[in-house]
Amino acid sequence: MKRFFAVLHARNLEFLRDRSALAWNIILPFFIVLGFAFAFSGGPRDMFKVGVYGGSASAQADIAFLHTKFVQFIPVDNLQAAQRKVEHHQLDMLLDVGSQARYWINTGSPNGYVLEQMLRGSGTQAFERNALAGREVRYVDWLAPGIFAMNMMFSCLFGIGYVIVRYRKNGVLKRLKATPLGALEFLTAQVVSRMSLIALVTTIVYVGCDLLIDFTMHGAYVTLAFTFALGAVCLISLGLLTAARFSSEEFAGGVLNVLTWPMMLLSGVWFSLEGTHPWVQKIAQVFPLTHLVNAARAIMLDGAGFAEVLPQLLVLGMMSAVFLVLAAALFRWE
Amino acid sequence: MSAIIEVRDLVKHYPKVQAVNGVSFAIEPGICFGLLGPNGAGKTTTIEMMEGIQKPTSGSIFYKQQLLGAQFRNEAGIQFQHTALPDFLTVKDALRLFHSLYPHTADLEQLIELCNLRELLGRDARKLSGGQRQRLLLGIALVNDPNVLFLDEPTTGLDPQARRNFWDLVRSIKARNKTIILTTHYMEEAYTLCDEIAIMDHGRVIARGTPDALLQQHFKHVFLRLPRADFAVPLEHFPFTVFESDGYVEIQALDVNETIALLLKNSVPLTRLEIRPPSLEDLFLELTGKALRT
Repeated sequence: MKRFFAVLHARNLEFLRDRSALAWNIILPFFIVLGFAFAFSGGPRDMFKVGVYGGSASAQADIAFLHTKFVQFIPVDNLQAAQRKVEHHQLDMLLDVGSQARYWINTGSPNGYVLEQMLRGSGTQAFERNALAGREVRYVDWLAPGIFAMNMMFSCLFGIGYVIVRYRKNGVLKRLKATPLGALEFLTAQVVSRMSLIALVTTIVYVGCDLLIDFTMHGAYVTLAFTFALGAVCLISLGLLTAARFSSEEFAGGVLNVLTWPMMLLSGVWFSLEGTHPWVQKIAQVFPLTHLVNAARAIMLDGAGFAEVLPQLLVLGMMSAVFLVLAAALFRWE
Repeated sequence: MSAIIEVRDLVKHYPKVQAVNGVSFAIEPGICFGLLGPNGAGKTTTIEMMEGIQKPTSGSIFYKQQLLGAQFRNEAGIQFQHTALPDFLTVKDALRLFHSLYPHTADLEQLIELCNLRELLGRDARKLSGGQRQRLLLGIALVNDPNVLFLDEPTTGLDPQARRNFWDLVRSIKARNKTIILTTHYMEEAYTLCDEIAIMDHGRVIARGTPDALLQQHFKHVFLRLPRADFAVPLEHFPFTVFESDGYVEIQALDVNETIALLLKNSVPLTRLEIRPPSLEDLFLELTGKALRT
């Protein structure tokens, strides 16, 4: 344990004294969240999304409103899940064209209001209006869990992957190999150090953003903390796997970019994957960030507990195990 | 006395290079053993296999009659030719980090005094001068109070003063009955510090023994050096082996008196005559036929 704590302490010192990296880790997510809070404060998005539930294809073809241009109509199977998406602004309106003609809108949504007027003026049959209760979920509320998760992803992958490759390239790993320090002790210290730093940074960013923006948090903090911790373990394991063999920082940087950019764009951090091409949604399921973001959003926006986010937690746990086993098997000091 | 380290038939092949090709030697405890050779001779590969950093293609390495293992890692101190430390660590942090990695350790305060690191303790380890950095790396190599210390070209790039300070450090470590295994490009360094040397070339040990014994074995003559301009007659008129370079003539003389008499007879002025005994550098060139830092 003495060796483990020595390496852990050295790694923590390195991170805390690297002020530019530390500042970047804290300031970047702050500015992203604040920037989006400003950019989307009151400004309506110009994309209309309407969920359509029930009704046969021929029945839907007869409804004039469903032929409105510049509105994306998205088939939905689960009425309750779709209602939550209306609450969260992932859908601007939900239309039930089955046995009961009715619709739901978020009373705080400008898009919902516009779509309601369009529906009434389209000459379509009368639909029963349903307003969804509960606090309005602003875009920034929806965005915040994704930003926290994305920041963790960069910190885990580059903070672990890139650093280990640099250690290998400049001979630090070779020097450590010449001591009684074992690979498991070294790697565990890196993981625990990064976990501690992520916990610290995420807490600072979360509290700071919450004081400034007061974003939604309906779930339990312990559930959120556990989810973020498991997500960090998974992403750190992926970072270790990336760093298992390479000794070129340039190549490792390229690999890390290949991993992070698709995750950043396709894991639902910035926009809902609702309505995207099915293969995009399938690819997104491969990314650990997708499951972390979905679980964090469910906890923060819907108040989900452990039981509700269990599927995402299981996927993250399994991915962590696979990445760790592969990283341990492939790791080399030089 | 039984050897503290023994190397038997060590071979290391890389895909296109045969770096080490059947090296065997044994090192007695308490001595400074020098491994010399031109660049690419295989000495760093050999020493890294002895350190347990590289695996040999074949052959065996024994530490206290046992194959290298946990005991060796605990009792060996290593200073690599090229090494780096984790960033943002002070000298003190770096010493403490490595001090914590070993079960049996030296007293840090004594180590700081020995390596003259007291004034550097708060300095960022990345911002040390060459000599200061080598002293820190030597301190790190000594944190476990090692029985055997590996120094791979520890003074390369140091100025003459820093090099001599480092030699003093090595002498004081040697005085504590530590076994030191040293590779170096500097023959003066090897002659000054080493009790025994092995010269490698093309992956093989081509000579081994104490520096003086090797010199006596390979040289019966001394060297006389004079400016070429002082010779009025052609050099071919003299019955001894001469080398000419940089405007000087170097004569290999078996009998100094006889050679000087011959020079005087041919009206060669001796005002600028230099006489020197053969050095390890001469031996090295004799055996490898190469300049030392090619």
